[in-house]
Amino acid sequence: MIRKELGLGLLLVVIAAITGAINPAFLSLVNLLNMANLIGLFGVFALGEGLVIITGGIDLSLGSMFALLGVVFVDLLTTYEVPWPLALLAVLLGGLVLGGIQGFLITRLKMQPFIVTLCGLLIYRGAARYYTSDSTRGFGYGDEAATLSSIASGNLAGIPNTFILLIVLALILGVLLHRSVYGRWLYAVGKNEEAARFSGINTNIVIATAYIISGGLAGVSTVLFVFYTNSVSPSSFGNFYELYAIAAAVLGGCSLRGGEGSILGIVLGTALLQVLQNLVNILGIPNSLNFAVMGTVILIGVLADQQLQARRRRKLALAGVARTAPKSTLVQGQQGASPRGADALPARTGDQA
Amino acid sequence: MAEILFELAGISKSYPGVMALDDVSLRVDRGEVVGLIGENGAGKSTLMRVLGGVIAPSEGVIRIGGNDHARMTVSEATKAGIAFVHQELNLFENLDVAANVFIGREKLLGGPLKLVDNAQMRARVTPLLERLGADFTPDTLVDNLSIAERQMVEIAKALSIDARVIIMDEPTSSLTISETERLLEVIADLKAHGISVIYISHRLGEIMTCADRVVVLRDGRTVGELARNQLSHAAMIRLMIGRDLKALHTPPKQAPQPGGCDIVGLVTSAFPDRQVDLSVRHGEILGLAGLVGAGRTSLARAAFGIDPLLGGEIRIDSAPVAVASPREAISQGIYLVPEDRKKSGLVLELPICENVTLASLLDHARMWLVGSEAERKIAKEQVRRLSIKAPSIDMEAVTLSGGNQQKVVLGKWLSMQPRVMFFDEPTRGIDVGAKGEIYALMRELADQGVAIVMISSDMEEVIGVSDRVAVMHEGSVSGVLEREQFSEYNVLRLAMGQALETVEAAAP
Repeated sequence: MIRKELGLGLLLVVIAAITGAINPAFLSLVNLLNMANLIGLFGVFALGEGLVIITGGIDLSLGSMFALLGVVFVDLLTTYEVPWPLALLAVLLGGLVLGGIQGFLITRLKMQPFIVTLCGLLIYRGAARYYTSDSTRGFGYGDEAATLSSIASGNLAGIPNTFILLIVLALILGVLLHRSVYGRWLYAVGKNEEAARFSGINTNIVIATAYIISGGLAGVSTVLFVFYTNSVSPSSFGNFYELYAIAAAVLGGCSLRGGEGSILGIVLGTALLQVLQNLVNILGIPNSLNFAVMGTVILIGVLADQQLQARRRRKLALAGVARTAPKSTLVQGQQGASPRGADALPARTGDQA
Repeated sequence: MAEILFELAGISKSYPGVMALDDVSLRVDRGEVVGLIGENGAGKSTLMRVLGGVIAPSEGVIRIGGNDHARMTVSEATKAGIAFVHQELNLFENLDVAANVFIGREKLLGGPLKLVDNAQMRARVTPLLERLGADFTPDTLVDNLSIAERQMVEIAKALSIDARVIIMDEPTSSLTISETERLLEVIADLKAHGISVIYISHRLGEIMTCADRVVVLRDGRTVGELARNQLSHAAMIRLMIGRDLKALHTPPKQAPQPGGCDIVGLVTSAFPDRQVDLSVRHGEILGLAGLVGAGRTSLARAAFGIDPLLGGEIRIDSAPVAVASPREAISQGIYLVPEDRKKSGLVLELPICENVTLASLLDHARMWLVGSEAERKIAKEQVRRLSIKAPSIDMEAVTLSGGNQQKVVLGKWLSMQPRVMFFDEPTRGIDVGAKGEIYALMRELADQGVAIVMISSDMEEVIGVSDRVAVMHEGSVSGVLEREQFSEYNVLRLAMGQALETVEAAAP
């Protein structure tokens, strides 16, 4: 488990070192803090996406959720002059509710996560554009939310608040996922929903909760992004951001089959993605190649991880056969060896694809 | 009519430690209906898979059209005119009837694109369907057909490859009475056209109606053959049983205590028009026997809250208990050790420790945080108590042998407070040593006052381990046997839906 995160961390360091050697500007404080800010911005909702992916589902609606919640947020502050704590609360609640609706459709009405959240993606984006008649919403010259703005885009001793918030949320979710009963249930449901149900776990609630958390974090991210860009144009705000989150989670060790992944991995995955983007800029690689670089790295990363895992499994299987075979009866040998030798290996291939 | 179609001679098939088939011979003549009967696990399916070329026999000869084969491939079997109508129908529900009949050998239009010639396929299927008296057209989606109609599609498929023998494995298990009669008519028609049928069924009445000859298998051996004029229920059942069962039974330490679990008028979704009444006392192991599909697993699933109860209730010590979900059942002390431990019993990729505590995590958590030390202590305790053979409790369950995996499932429940436990085929696929340990454990639990229901298709286990045996037939309990009434003969009669003979001693 921890081995994967170590590998990812190592990769991050190596890439940073090479890039830094080619262009020292990469390691300059300004650039590092800028990256930290971006990692914070993109990490917060990647955590939620990671939880959803661990249940074996997916959330495609995040980017559109930012647009819808974003225009509502700006409108509440500017047009309706709602006090900022209330506006903040409204956006967070909005995210939770949207996540809750998606969770309900997926668990109680048994719809496929891909379809539900794809429809979410379309509906929220459409609603945001209709609501604003496709016009950009921004803050005027007034200081509608100066306090919140300074919190969201400010820094503490130079470190961007977004990054600090990511670390805090990661710690909280880390405890939730890796130490709490809910986290254990989440992994069990992701790996084998039926066995979890047979153990008395309310699998519907466990899964729906993951979507609700993801929606809530999307609400938080909305606020951060609004103050990062200072305006929301409903047709492009947050476009494709859900894909960054999925990419970060997969790169960080989550399997789209569910049941695998860690908070540390997701944070490292996000960091790696942002470093790659930054590296494209700083090394003077044409900006148009941005996505191509990202795609290539994810492809190679997942492929390498899969090969390593397959090798580890093979070794384990061989060791297991050698251990049990001599002292077991023939029948036992057959039963013991076949699931490991025959089933376990192929079951692994194609993982995380 | 005595033209021999094919012959299996001296067929044996051994798996490590198990003799699935032992010197079995079977001859089928042209235009003959052969009934093939035997208990669950007698070797019927294995024999048919040898015939279909799915598995190779270890010994013996398959003689078809004067040629001897040591083994056959699936395509050789198909070429020889052997066709299956499976118990679980192997049809593609998303395709239409004609496409299913010609699957894998589609008629093609000429030209470089090799497009599929739907018109020709439909035209070729129409007469086959007419011959079978089917009232659907070749372009109907299989998804829209009933099970009986799907069977007709399978038979049409067999006819389309000019099958000379059609093997039907439990074809009527999901059919209504009129559909069954229709099928028997079709079989008679096939026979009139010189096509042979091997008819595998537990329903002796149907066998009596359609078979020209009955072959009985027991423990992988042919134990008898009955000609048409020798057929009777009693004769068939007598041939199917007759093993000497080892004495496995350990008597309970004390007489069953008063109270226990009463299942009253329970209706499950598998048999919505049947009711189940069953009582198991504290301190008793109640064997639940019956044929596969008799509704035993559905009963256990409903009692454990997996499937909804359509009617009736569960009482423990005369007090009704709610079992709307597994969580509720578990809180009442009703536990289920499921039939398929890999799919439902365990999360294979999780370590032993986490599997053992999966159902009881909240009990030893503080503020929803997993109590790691308490958890490990419980897991270690269960590993020791059940003597689970594993180097550490952090091993993934997938690395364990079948017996040890089952013990992990047991450990999950034993670490809590069971009052009523359902074991569904607890020793399937488990080696002899671990079997004995699991029997001993069930007895130990019973002696501690747990009411135990053991669903089993293994006759030796049912008779050897249970204190009483309830037998299910088509969704309801057809009889309950006390220990002095235990015999394979009695269990089988009840499982086949027949009343017990009044003078039991008359049974050999």
